Amino acid sequence: MSLTQFVPISRARKRRNIIMRGVLMAGTTVALIPLGLVLYFLISKGAGSLNGNFFTTDPTGNFFGNQGGVRSAILGSLEIVGLASLIAIPTGVGVALYLTEYGKQSRFANVIRYFVDVMTGVPSIVFGLFVYIVLVKSHIGGDFTGWKGSVALSLLMLPVVVRAAEVVLLLVPSGLREAALALGAPRWRVVSRVVLPTAIPGLVTGTLLAIARGMGETAPLLFTVSVAFGATADLGAQMNTLPVQIFNDISSPNTALTNRAWGAALTLVALVLILNLIARAVARRSRMA
Amino acid sequence: MTASAVPAPGDRSRFERSPVSRLPDQLLRWGLLGLAAAILVLLAYFFIRLIGESSNTFSTFGLSFVFGNDWDVSRSIYHGFPLLFGTLLTSVIALVIGVPVAISAALFVTELCPRRLRGPLAILVDLLAAVPSVVYGLWGVFVLQPKLLPAEKWFAGTFSFIPFVGGGTPTMPNYFVAGLILAIMILPIVSAIAREVMATVPAENKEAALSLGATRWEMIRMAVLPYSRPGITGGAMLGLGRALGETIAVVLVIGNAPVIGAHLFNQGYSLAAVIANEFPEAAATPVHSSALFAAGLVLFVLTLVVNMVARVFISRGQHGRRGTGGTGVTVTAAPAGEG
Repeated sequence: MSLTQFVPISRARKRRNIIMRGVLMAGTTVALIPLGLVLYFLISKGAGSLNGNFFTTDPTGNFFGNQGGVRSAILGSLEIVGLASLIAIPTGVGVALYLTEYGKQSRFANVIRYFVDVMTGVPSIVFGLFVYIVLVKSHIGGDFTGWKGSVALSLLMLPVVVRAAEVVLLLVPSGLREAALALGAPRWRVVSRVVLPTAIPGLVTGTLLAIARGMGETAPLLFTVSVAFGATADLGAQMNTLPVQIFNDISSPNTALTNRAWGAALTLVALVLILNLIARAVARRSRMA
Repeated sequence: MTASAVPAPGDRSRFERSPVSRLPDQLLRWGLLGLAAAILVLLAYFFIRLIGESSNTFSTFGLSFVFGNDWDVSRSIYHGFPLLFGTLLTSVIALVIGVPVAISAALFVTELCPRRLRGPLAILVDLLAAVPSVVYGLWGVFVLQPKLLPAEKWFAGTFSFIPFVGGGTPTMPNYFVAGLILAIMILPIVSAIAREVMATVPAENKEAALSLGATRWEMIRMAVLPYSRPGITGGAMLGLGRALGETIAVVLVIGNAPVIGAHLFNQGYSLAAVIANEFPEAAATPVHSSALFAAGLVLFVLTLVVNMVARVFISRGQHGRRGTGGTGVTVTAAPAGEG
């Protein structure tokens, strides 16, 4: 066989190639099956319980008769996650600003980066325990209250906001910063007038993803907010939330309650998915701009 | 250059800002630094408080809190090995099932599928992380668990010769269902990190393999996989960390029996599940709640170590992308609920 002769790929290698491609494709399909199944069962079991009363009445707590809907749960979730966002987003963007504008590649900044990453891996139940020990057990401003749930959720959302915001802030061209500095603007004006406005769409994306994450958390709320039935706007009292209501309804032997759990789960997933999709849409538009 | 433009030592240039107008700058700088430092302080403070709250348990039970096999609330004996066992077993099941699927999904998306399908497929896999864990739990309790039982019975009967897996009678809530749900929950994060790492494999390496006559699969095996191995390992460990700490989905499908199940399809307990499940009754008894805080501490340390090692692997795996914090915009952002 001369050196210039073309050696065809053997049949065994071809076969192996086709088999492995098939395996990888099958793996991808397997990965997507659970998503399809969960969504299918959510819609088929949950859609039935969605009606006007479902969204406009509070759970009654009665075991027999009318159980009521999820109004207080939706309100509570929105309030608690809203306050958590008010804590986590400014803090997270602030830390990200420190990392991109001041810390850069310094040793301290890298330590912060590392621990923020590690923080994303801390189980949510552990954050729930922290807040329970520090705020609930010490009876600061009452026992179980909505705002303590917000604190726990903000701890979970914080690392998500920091990492997302840092990546976005790094995309702001340094030419813009240098131009502003060269014109004599002080640092704080460069940050507030040039860096932040340029990065806004990306920051919105990261923020929405963090909110979506906070929305679905259950465990930290069990230790900090506990449960209530009625709707309340008072973050200083026990509140009802969607995930906790679903969790409690699942454990009930009453089929009316488990049906409500499916309906509430469908509502929760719809909220979270909508937030996710909006976030991705914003991200795509800002990338093109 | 005239002499007047050069400020004498101790003299301010006329272009320099006055100390007062520099104040906002200093405030911003040190304020932001304070925020960043506060994260470290907070983590340390939490850790110390958690140790303080659980010290009672550790001084009473010592190492047998972790390695003793007897969790009996009514006798106030808290030897938590059954919980640790459940946590580790379900997490291992999750890794064994979830990681190969996640890697093949990542390989398919980055190397094989048509370019147009890449984005949508990646988003679909990421959306798995958007489903809150309580919803996975709901689905597990009412759909997966009952539907899986016949298959489990058949499996345990047919493969009765395999120790621990076969032979016994499967119960409805069991380790396997919990592990399977965990596998679904860690899939998106493992897959997202694997995708990110695979995207950093230099095109030259892949082209070199192809031009030497490698088939697509051979190219993946010889160019893509070796290059991205550390990153994939790190991603799998992040998945492990997530599986160890997952609470709500597990508490609903593991059975909450504080014993070491005799086989894979038996009921058990996990560290996170015991905290969520016994917490309401424990609040009144200091000994019991201290034991739960100790379980939380063990869980915290476990996940902390796993995550710290994972991050080292991942940053080693991301060749040439240091410092941009690429370890997971999409990744850390995606999960909607692990608790």
